[in-house]
Amino acid sequence: MKKGVGDLMPSNRGASVRYENVQKSYDGEILVVKNLNLDIPPGEFLTMLGPSGSGKTTCLMMLAGFEPATHGEIFLNDRPINNVPPHKRGIGMVFQNYALFPHMSVAENLAFPLQVRNVGKAEQEEKVKRALEMVELGDFGNRRPAQLSGGQQQRVAVARALVFDPELVLMDEPLGALDKQLREQMQYEIKHIHENLGVTVVYVTHDQTEALTMSDRVAVFNDGVIQQLSTPDSLYEDPQNSFVAQFIGENNKLSGKVIGVSGNECLVELDDGTQLKADKVNVNAVGDRTTLSLRPERVEFEPASSMENLVQGRIEELIYLGDHIRVRMSVAGNDEFIVKVRNRGERRKLETGETVPIGWAINDCKALDAVA
Amino acid sequence: MSETATEQVLTTKDGRPLKASLARALRREKLRALVLIAPLLIFVLLTFVAPIADMLFRSVENSIVEDTLPQTVNALQDWDPSSGEVPGEPVFAALAADLQVAVDLKTHTRLGSRLNYEKTGISSLFRKTGRRVKKMTEPPYKEQFLKADKKWGQVDTWQTLKQFSPRYTDGYFLSSLDAERTSEGLQMKPEDEQIYLLLFGRTMMLSIAITVSCLLLGYPIAFLLAQLPLRTSNLLMILVLLPFWTSLLVRTSAWKVLLQQQGVINDFLVWIGLISDANRLVMINNQTGTIIAMTHILLPFMILPLYSVMKTISPTYVRAAKSLGATDWTAFWRVYFPQSVPGIGAGAVLVFILAIGYYITPELVGGTSGIFISNRIAYHISSSLNWGLAAALGTLLLAAVMILFIVYDKIVGIDNVKLG
Repeated sequence: MKKGVGDLMPSNRGASVRYENVQKSYDGEILVVKNLNLDIPPGEFLTMLGPSGSGKTTCLMMLAGFEPATHGEIFLNDRPINNVPPHKRGIGMVFQNYALFPHMSVAENLAFPLQVRNVGKAEQEEKVKRALEMVELGDFGNRRPAQLSGGQQQRVAVARALVFDPELVLMDEPLGALDKQLREQMQYEIKHIHENLGVTVVYVTHDQTEALTMSDRVAVFNDGVIQQLSTPDSLYEDPQNSFVAQFIGENNKLSGKVIGVSGNECLVELDDGTQLKADKVNVNAVGDRTTLSLRPERVEFEPASSMENLVQGRIEELIYLGDHIRVRMSVAGNDEFIVKVRNRGERRKLETGETVPIGWAINDCKALDAVA
Repeated sequence: MSETATEQVLTTKDGRPLKASLARALRREKLRALVLIAPLLIFVLLTFVAPIADMLFRSVENSIVEDTLPQTVNALQDWDPSSGEVPGEPVFAALAADLQVAVDLKTHTRLGSRLNYEKTGISSLFRKTGRRVKKMTEPPYKEQFLKADKKWGQVDTWQTLKQFSPRYTDGYFLSSLDAERTSEGLQMKPEDEQIYLLLFGRTMMLSIAITVSCLLLGYPIAFLLAQLPLRTSNLLMILVLLPFWTSLLVRTSAWKVLLQQQGVINDFLVWIGLISDANRLVMINNQTGTIIAMTHILLPFMILPLYSVMKTISPTYVRAAKSLGATDWTAFWRVYFPQSVPGIGAGAVLVFILAIGYYITPELVGGTSGIFISNRIAYHISSSLNWGLAAALGTLLLAAVMILFIVYDKIVGIDNVKLG
C-alpha cells in the first residue's frame, strides 16, 4: 500500500514539525518572519494567532510549500522539506474560502486526492463515503459545492483535507467566512475530529476565541516574531508581554515606573503618583517604565482591607450585559478602566458618578513591558 | 386578513384582483423604460433590421418577370415544358403585347439581365427582340419572333421563362448551393461550374483553423496575464490591445511586406541559409497568408474573454490541488483548465463568428485560394450586381452561423460562455 493511504480511523498518528531559524522576506528589505524556531510534537493542535500582517499565514504557506523560506529549514518528521514540492509533502490543507473545485461534485472533490495517488476505484469510493459520513454529509456526494451552505462547504473542505490520511493538516482561517453561531459549532467539530484522528493540526486564525477554544498550544505572532507560545490558559493568565495581554482577552492598562523590586513582586508608581504592587513579569530593575496589565473580572468592589492593592475609582458608565455589568471607571488617571461585575442578585446598586473603593490581588496585576 | 390566506384570488382592499393592480402599478415603469430605449430602438430598426430584412427578402423575391410580362406569364400556365415543343401562337401574341409595353418603359433589358443569371444569352435575346418588336403589329407572331431570334424556337428559353415566372423563387438559393433545376429536375451544376459549396467549406475550414490558432496562441498569453500582478499585466494588456489602435489596412499591408516572396521573412531565411534563393516560401496570396494575417487581427478577441475569465479563477484552487497531491500539470489540467472553459467558449465563438464573415483581410492577402464566401458576396453586390444571389449567399452564411451557434449551445451550453 502506498504511503499516506491508511484508514480514517483513530490511530494516534501525526507528524512532527520543526521550524529552525526560519526567516522570510518577500522584497529583500523587510523580514516578514524573523528567525522563527518552533517545535510541534506529533498529534498537537497548534494555533498561530496574530493580527493580519504578523507573519502567521506566511509561516503556514512555507510549511505547505507555497512560499520558499528565505533562510532556515523546516522539518517534517525530522526530514528537511525545503526542497520538497507541495504535492509531495502529503500535507492536507483547508483554505480560507474552502477552494472546493466548483466543476466537480462533492464526491469528485473528495476523490481527487485519492485519484492523483492512484488509489483503486473501490477503495476510493469506500474512503470518500467514510469521509462524508465523518462530517455528517453522507447524502451530499452528488451535489455541487455551489449547492451547499457555507457550513456544509466547510465540512467538505475538512473532509477533503483528511480523506487521504495525511499526518499533518493545515488550516488557514477556515471559519472566517461563517457566521458566529456556525463558527462556534464548527470549532467543536474540528476539535473532535482532531481528537479522534490524532493528526497534527496547524491552525491559523486572528480570532482569539477560536484559538483558545481549540488549541493545545497557541503561538501568538506579532511583527514576524512569536510573542508567546503556551497553552490557552497560561496565555490568558500569564501573558509575557503587553502585546499578548492586549491581544488575548480584555485588559486594563496602567502605565508607570518601577520604584522597588522584591523577589517576584515589584512596586510601581503610576504617573499620577498612585503606588501599586504587581507581579514582576517583564521588567528588570528599579527605574524601568512598565505597563501594568489587569483583567477586568479580577477587580473587586468593596474589597477586603487586607487586599494588596486598594484604590478609589469613579464610575463613569454602566453597561448592562445580562450575565454581567460592565463598569467603565476613572482610576488613577485612566478613564478607560473597565471592571466586569457578575450579575448576582445580592449585588450592591452602582450609580454613575459615584466614587467607590476597588481592589485587586498582586497576582492578578502583571508588570509588563512599557507600551509607547 | 383571514381571506387572503385561503385559496381565493388575492384582491386589494377595494376588491380588484391583486395581479391586475400590480400590472397597473408597473405599467408606468414599463412605459418609462420603453420611452428611454425608443430612440435607439428606432435607430436600430431603421438602419439595421430593416435593411437586412430587405436584403434577405431579395434572396427569394422575383416579381420582375410577372411585372414585366404579365400576359405571357398567364398564357404560359397551360404550357408543359416536358412536351418538348415550344408554346403556341397565343403565348407569342401575349409576349408581343407585353414586350411592346416593356420597350416603351425600357424594362425589357432589366428583365434580360435578370434572366441572364439563370441562362446566359437571354440578355442579348431580349435586347435584340426589343429592337424588332415595334414592327410586329400583325399575327402570326410566332414566325416573326423566330425570325428575330432562333432562340425563341428553343424549349430551353421558354422553360427558363416559365420556371422563373412565379413571384418567389428558390433559384438564388439553388445557385448558392451549386444546384439548378433542369428539365430532369433538381440536380447539381456541372463540376466546373461549382464554386459556392467549395467557398462555404473553405470559409468554415479557414475560420476553424484561425480560431484554433488564436486559441493556441492566446491561451498561454491570457494565462500569463492573469497570473501577473495587476500593474505588470495592465502594461502587457496595452501591448495586446495595441493592434486595435492601428488601422486594419496598415496591419494587413504590413503582413504583405513581411510575408511576400521578396519580403522580410523570406529575405531573412535566405540570409541565414535556411532556404535557398530559388525556393522562397509562398506565404501570401494563399490560405497561409489569410490564416496568419487573420489570426493576428483576431487574437485580441480571444485573449480578452480568456483573460477576464481566468482573472476570476482564484489561485487557491491550484494551490488546493497541489496540497492534495496533484503535480503542476494535473493541477492545471484537472482544476484550472475546466474552469477556464467558459472563456475558451466565449473567445472561440467571438473569433469564429468574426472570422466567418471577414472580408477585407482575405481580399488583400488571400489571393485566389484564400478568399472567403464574403468576398464572393461583395463581388455580387458591387460588380456583378446580382443582388439576389448575394442575398441568398448572405442568408445561407447567417443560417450556418446560427446552426453552429445552436450546436455549440447544445454541446458547451451558452450559459458556460462568460465574457467577464
